[in-house]
Amino acid sequence: MKLRGWGSVLVVALLSACAQLAPPEKKAAPIRINQDPYPSTYHRYPGALTVIRGATVFDGEGGKIEGGTVVLADGVIQAVGGADTPIPAGAYQIDGTGKYVTPGIIDVHSHLGDYPSPGTQSHSDGNEATGPVRAEVWAEHSVWPQDPGFSRALINGGVTALQVLPGSANLFGGRSVTLKNVPARTVQGMKFPGAPYGLKMACGENPKRVYGSKSQMPQTRMGNIALTRATWIKAQAYKRKWDKYNRDGGAMPERDIAMDTLAGVLAGQIIIHNHCYRADEMAIMLDVAKEFGYKVGTFHHAVEAYKIADLLAANGTCAAMWADWWGFKMEAYDGIKENIPLVDKAGACAIVHSDDSNGIQRLNQEAAKALADGRRMGLNLSDEHAWIWLSFNPAKALGIADKTGSLKAGKMADVVLWNANPFSTYARPERVWIDGALMYFSGNPRLRPVSDFELGQPGEGDVK
Amino acid sequence: MIRAAMAALLIAVASPVGAQTIAITGGTVALGDGSDPIAGGTVVIRNGRIAAAGANVPVPAGAQVIDARGKWVTPGIVAGFSRLGLTEVDLSGDGTTDDQASGGPFGAAIDVAPAVNPNNSTIAINRADGITRAVVAPNTAKSIFAGQGAVIDLGADMEPITRARLFQFVEFGESGAATAGGSRASAYVLFRNALKEASELRRYAPSISSTRGAPDAVDRPIVRNPNESREYGPDAQRSEDVLLTRFDAAALVPVLQGRQHLLIHVERARDILNVIGLKRDYPALKLVIVGASEGWLVADKIAASGIPVIASAVNDLPSSFEQLAATQSNVGRMRSAGVDVAIGMIDDNDTRYLFNERQYAGNLVALTNVPGASGLRWGEALAMITSRPAEVLGLGREIGSLAPGRRADVVIWSDDPLQVSSNADMVLIDGVQQPMDTRQTKLRDRYKDLSRDVLPEAYRR
Repeated sequence: MKLRGWGSVLVVALLSACAQLAPPEKKAAPIRINQDPYPSTYHRYPGALTVIRGATVFDGEGGKIEGGTVVLADGVIQAVGGADTPIPAGAYQIDGTGKYVTPGIIDVHSHLGDYPSPGTQSHSDGNEATGPVRAEVWAEHSVWPQDPGFSRALINGGVTALQVLPGSANLFGGRSVTLKNVPARTVQGMKFPGAPYGLKMACGENPKRVYGSKSQMPQTRMGNIALTRATWIKAQAYKRKWDKYNRDGGAMPERDIAMDTLAGVLAGQIIIHNHCYRADEMAIMLDVAKEFGYKVGTFHHAVEAYKIADLLAANGTCAAMWADWWGFKMEAYDGIKENIPLVDKAGACAIVHSDDSNGIQRLNQEAAKALADGRRMGLNLSDEHAWIWLSFNPAKALGIADKTGSLKAGKMADVVLWNANPFSTYARPERVWIDGALMYFSGNPRLRPVSDFELGQPGEGDVK
Repeated sequence: MIRAAMAALLIAVASPVGAQTIAITGGTVALGDGSDPIAGGTVVIRNGRIAAAGANVPVPAGAQVIDARGKWVTPGIVAGFSRLGLTEVDLSGDGTTDDQASGGPFGAAIDVAPAVNPNNSTIAINRADGITRAVVAPNTAKSIFAGQGAVIDLGADMEPITRARLFQFVEFGESGAATAGGSRASAYVLFRNALKEASELRRYAPSISSTRGAPDAVDRPIVRNPNESREYGPDAQRSEDVLLTRFDAAALVPVLQGRQHLLIHVERARDILNVIGLKRDYPALKLVIVGASEGWLVADKIAASGIPVIASAVNDLPSSFEQLAATQSNVGRMRSAGVDVAIGMIDDNDTRYLFNERQYAGNLVALTNVPGASGLRWGEALAMITSRPAEVLGLGREIGSLAPGRRADVVIWSDDPLQVSSNADMVLIDGVQQPMDTRQTKLRDRYKDLSRDVLPEAYRR
């Protein structure tokens, strides 16, 4: 008893001595880090009050209207309906008879600008393959806005928005950026206003091949996972440090821009886009996400998604897939042509993606293949349902489904008028609007963007 | 239901060799020769060859009849340029890639024929999508001469070669320049030197015993298989000032003599003109231009030269500086200028995605509805992936169309084959009905229902 009493007195005395030596100072308030240091400077281009009448409309959320009417004004969709939809006075009217109207296609997996045309070594800006954990890089800092591929995606593909990702050499490849497919002088002039960032991750062959061949970790799939986990542990510690600082202030912790991105994922602000082919590896990555408290937004390529479509549905994770790519490496060996429809059938979020400057020009045809293959195996799929794979699900995966991806009043007027059913090989975009501005019209050669690179070259301004 | 119908079809014609007569009736028939499709046409197959095709063709007595009403019937697709059957897995697929020999000593002498694996999964998967023949070329390694290519069939048997050593393949342009040490100029000198060494090989060859072969064969030894250099005797003297191995030089003799096609890959307009220029110095060469992304810029000159082109169909990006003028209208413009054009897949996933050829052909039809673009009529587009590649390589009387006498490579499609939504319902090669199941269809069937069963998925097949 006595001893304890003395002890208490001693502790109090020591504490008060300390207090006298260092009087409580008011901690510095936390300084807020700018989360958007390269902000979008995109502003929509002017557009006329436009009405398309008499067309077949796929609304992008599974709806279809025959003889439909779509009204565009002030950058947004004003109305979508049947023939009885009121036509505003003074509207520019387009006869859509025999034609189709859809939301603009959104490609969630592109390297345009980062691996631009021409594909010279000096243009190879997609993989910072100097270390398997390179979360500090941002794809937007590699995007060359003069890549002629953007215009091809617009005029042949009807692509109105796209996500440009770092490559898959690294376990953590860096931040992605979502762009409006509008020509601009700067990448900031293309950035989709308000779109959240993504983080590119990769599992499987690529990281282990790139670094294993240098006798460096990771050299195996287990090495991939070990290094991924070790990195998330660091990110958790970093986030705790910064959460405390943001709450309590005091001395600012040292910043690490790689960890900024990973902490953003753990805070639910940055969406995970995980390059992963094999079913077993996707299942492991879903557990890694649970272990560290984040969510896999989308598996990209997901060639074996059909083997775990139920798991994807249960986790609310999208799969962005090709229609028929297979076999170009071992982890793609089990690719099947029904992958997309089988993922859809399981109730998971299916997306058609390109990962290719040619494929991005024909995503509608890739969806047509998947649709036909699904029907052939007996799945009941409509054309209007399949368009979800091309616009609404991609918009969901990118966190912009409240703004674009379907033809609903109030959404951005990102719209394509096709000269025939876009699931036909014979269809091409006739007009493409982005935020209500007519950015392409096949009938007017002046409405065909030509990049700086193509000026003065053979074929400048040609049909492409 | 479709599967049941197909099963019925299978039973109807389940005879191994086309020894009997088959009549495919009621379908929309496209001959593959550039003509328009014929509604309600008939195709008659006898002994593995086409006997007749078209409207008002009588069904021979005793023929097995396949009802193709509501379907389309065409010749099988001929992949105009590919590396099919040479590679199972492209990247890090150790042991499965035979398209290129970067560690070997030979170039022109290489013959792809023994490397074609008929059990390759790429063959089965393309066959099930209506590809029946393919032009198969090796890739260049240390020489601008890649070696000798073949035409193969995709039949489910162990004999894939239709014609071995049908052509020699050479890379000019950016790729050839890199192989030649860094410049196009070097590639041209290497080319000329190689043909010179081939011609000298003939001079140094001792005469073959004249008691047997005809005198003509002594003066102009015909190299039937350049890999058998005994044509030149074991002790044939060569100058020490040579770059090519004896086998490589020997392999170029038939090229020089115009008995083997020479396929040259070029893209840039000026490079195309250089190839045309080779005709002046080597008039016997049987040239074929491959690639030709900028062909439209010099289309009139290609047409005047009479040199056929195996073109890439839908290149429209300046993906390299030799393709700055690339446009999907290239094929249509060349055709309008009178160039003899077929479609191939040079450097375009050429080991496995040959089934995209019909999609590409369909895209060229789509261009006819785009203002300012140059597209193709439907019949013309089909010809470019059937009869034209066969004709370019001198096999037009054997494969690629439904004209009488051609090998009976016939596909019955669910609908218009240039629509990506159509599929092959039945594939015949040399009149033999082919299996339609593949690794892919088996994987699909294993996993189409993911509900837990009494045993794991590995027991489902």
